[in-house]
Amino acid sequence: MKLDSKIPEGPLEGKWDRHRFNLKLVNPANKRKFEIIVVGTGLAGSSAAASLAELGYNVKVFCIQDSPRRAHSIAAQGGINAAKNYPNDGDSVRRLFYDTIKGGDFRSREANVYRLAQISNSIIDQCVAQGVPFAREYGGTLANRSFGGAQVSRTFYARGQTGQQLLLGAYSALMRQVALGRVQIFARREMLDLVLVDGAARGIVARNLVTGKLESHSAHAVVLCTGGYGNMFYLSTNAASSNVTASWRAHKKGALFANPCFTQIHPTCIPVSGDTQSKLTLMSESLRNDGRVWVPKKKGDARPPGQIPEGERDYYLERKYPTFGNLVPRDVASRNAKQVIDEGCGVGPTKLAVYLDFAEAIQRQGLPAIREKYGNLFDMYRHITSEDPYRVPMRIYPAVHYTMGGLWVDYDLMTTIPGLFCLGEANFSDHGANRLGASALMQGLADGYFVAPYTVGGYLAGTKLGKVEATHPNFRESESAVSERTMKLLSVKGARTATDFHKQLGSLLWDKCGMSRNEKGLKEALSKIPEIREEFWRNVTVTGENGEFNQVLERAGRVADYLEFAELLLKDALHRNESCGGHFREESQTPDNEAKRDDTHFCYVAAWEFMGVGQEPVLHKEPLTFESVPLSQRSYR
Amino acid sequence: MSATIHLTLKVWRQKNASSEGRWVLYEAKNISTDMSFLEMLDAVNERLVLKGEDPIAFDHDCREGICGMCSLVINGQAHGPQKAATTCQIYMRDFKDGATVTVEPFRARAFPVLKDLVVDRSAFDRVMAAGGYISVNTGSAVEANTILIPKDKAEAAMDAAACIGCGACVAACPNASAMLFVSAKISHFALLPQGLPERERRVLAMRKAMDAEGFGNCSNEAECEAVCPKEIKLNHIARLNREFLRASILKK
Repeated sequence: MKLDSKIPEGPLEGKWDRHRFNLKLVNPANKRKFEIIVVGTGLAGSSAAASLAELGYNVKVFCIQDSPRRAHSIAAQGGINAAKNYPNDGDSVRRLFYDTIKGGDFRSREANVYRLAQISNSIIDQCVAQGVPFAREYGGTLANRSFGGAQVSRTFYARGQTGQQLLLGAYSALMRQVALGRVQIFARREMLDLVLVDGAARGIVARNLVTGKLESHSAHAVVLCTGGYGNMFYLSTNAASSNVTASWRAHKKGALFANPCFTQIHPTCIPVSGDTQSKLTLMSESLRNDGRVWVPKKKGDARPPGQIPEGERDYYLERKYPTFGNLVPRDVASRNAKQVIDEGCGVGPTKLAVYLDFAEAIQRQGLPAIREKYGNLFDMYRHITSEDPYRVPMRIYPAVHYTMGGLWVDYDLMTTIPGLFCLGEANFSDHGANRLGASALMQGLADGYFVAPYTVGGYLAGTKLGKVEATHPNFRESESAVSERTMKLLSVKGARTATDFHKQLGSLLWDKCGMSRNEKGLKEALSKIPEIREEFWRNVTVTGENGEFNQVLERAGRVADYLEFAELLLKDALHRNESCGGHFREESQTPDNEAKRDDTHFCYVAAWEFMGVGQEPVLHKEPLTFESVPLSQRSYR
Repeated sequence: MSATIHLTLKVWRQKNASSEGRWVLYEAKNISTDMSFLEMLDAVNERLVLKGEDPIAFDHDCREGICGMCSLVINGQAHGPQKAATTCQIYMRDFKDGATVTVEPFRARAFPVLKDLVVDRSAFDRVMAAGGYISVNTGSAVEANTILIPKDKAEAAMDAAACIGCGACVAACPNASAMLFVSAKISHFALLPQGLPERERRVLAMRKAMDAEGFGNCSNEAECEAVCPKEIKLNHIARLNREFLRASILKK
């Protein structure tokens, strides 16, 4: 298989324009003859489905929750980037592009990232027109703030609920299309297989989570917008139903999986408090604009934070990174927290935390100003910990948050399966080895509002697709394979729950493939996964039946997929013997313990081909070339 | 400080939409007070699964109070004992050792039970489809800063837009009215210039859809405001009523 990224020729600035012109158009009268399936209703899915429906296509939308409005994009707090340069502080499309390439540690495609930066401004226009209540200045113009790793103020926000407001905007556009009859919503459905006919994606098999029945749907193209796989680690900031199943089943049908080891560990989360915890809650990194990160200088210092004098505190980010201070990118902030904790300076009952302190900001700006900016986040912290962050510093610890890896896509966001597109967090395309804050919302909406509507159309106009109904034998074949797997899960009747296996897998991955990784640990984890998987299929217990609402069965199916996918993630991490962004290999660091890239050997996208469960996957390399931003070692000092 | 408590749960169990429901008692032993309410239910469910019994079905997703998926009535209160919190933000430190805690689904004619504590809230989506949007196609927006919105207007719109669509307002209302939910959306758009072109059409259509779904009338009980996890205020209902009256008079 030869990977063709289909990056258009010519100067960077004009690539997208020329490409849009070169894409074939579907005759307006013919659009209604095409059916498109969109799976997932986060920012990417909702915006793509609404925009495709506006163009006249018939769209079927599937979501796992009870309503499209609940997808996990809703939980994004901090904001969305755009190169508007409203504050006149030196921002531009080029700077947003540059920051994203550099922030991603030179493991993303220049052409894709440049397009993302170009589109960013139209996203803000679109969202404002939909009535998204962004924060405003007194003069009525839009407000901006600086955000994680950026030296300009380019982040637009709606209090600490930006993801919610953007998603409700996209959801409202989607519901308008429902009313107009161009979108059909299938809620409480889980995609369990992708169906190919003559090598092209022609539909899906989904389980109706209320009745347990399998439903087949045919289409001319399938758009996966099913998010990331951070939940594989068991504890993460993801919602409970976020999972890898849709992507993984597509991978098993031939879509290559790119850079699975690029996972983002977010530095500002509420620490783990016990072994019954089900998730970790993110505290927006916008807090790092005003909060100062510190630990006691003395190891094992058990005094309450208020009793530790200034001189005995180590503001380690400000000390080590005077230029960026508390605003260093996420991977750098997380690794440094781990480092001070490993050295014995952690705080709180578990010692697995550092302080994020607002005392100075409250003194300088006043309590009302801090409350206005972060009130809901402070409330959230208080709910969970029963501590008041206005009085005592927050305790924070890194947690799995986002996955930069995902299905490999070309410039059109099409996977290696013709007709299967992949948008948002589910693809690998724009963030390289580390995503900058406030860029996930930007990418999801760029893909959905402004890229897929052109490129999906280009595919449909330029491809001869025969008539395929859901009665086609390939759908029957998929349905029986899915049923067989379900019946197998129900028939084991072992002694351990799927959750128990999930916890075991999660803690193994967190230990061996979390914030820092080494060859020995990765090999150890790789040797254990097949054992856990074997025990799972011999000893899992799933109650109830297939033909009913069965949350135990849903969960077991997802854990079974994690147990296959984990091996690929570990293999990718093992093969990439360099550090870059969120992937920190202990064997590859600078004298200052920073991530050290190896551009001679690893300046490529690793795209893996599925060869069977437990079989060695085949690695395909897409070389990355940097023409506009010269390769350089990141430095935030 | 963390402690361990024992509770008795009195839980509504119902196999599916067409079967009869009943109360079932469960022991919840050795519950850490640091656990969230849903983590406590997870623990009870894990024990049920190991005994081969059908665990208690309940809706949940983000577990941080923003997706609106969780939906329980705990001791008679939608989203439990804390003000301005969703069920997933309730912690066991709010419960006394040895207490009996009743757990039941949101109850309303428009929210049929699907299983145990899980209800069907798709009526909200249909009300939204009737008019909960501004009709603007992708690509036809003007430059964002050409629409100037006073800061206080934007803040007030945000107060309304903060609604998470959980349906607690409906569950708490003796009439199972959806007025708080609908008014939050009406207010959000009525406060913004972008919402004005469809002002009359929107309020008439959404009210009509709300009635068609079987939600009751508002009789100013204010129970909705009391349980709303996002503290959506009653004055939005007043605005909805004004908007409705205005639109009805202007209707040709």
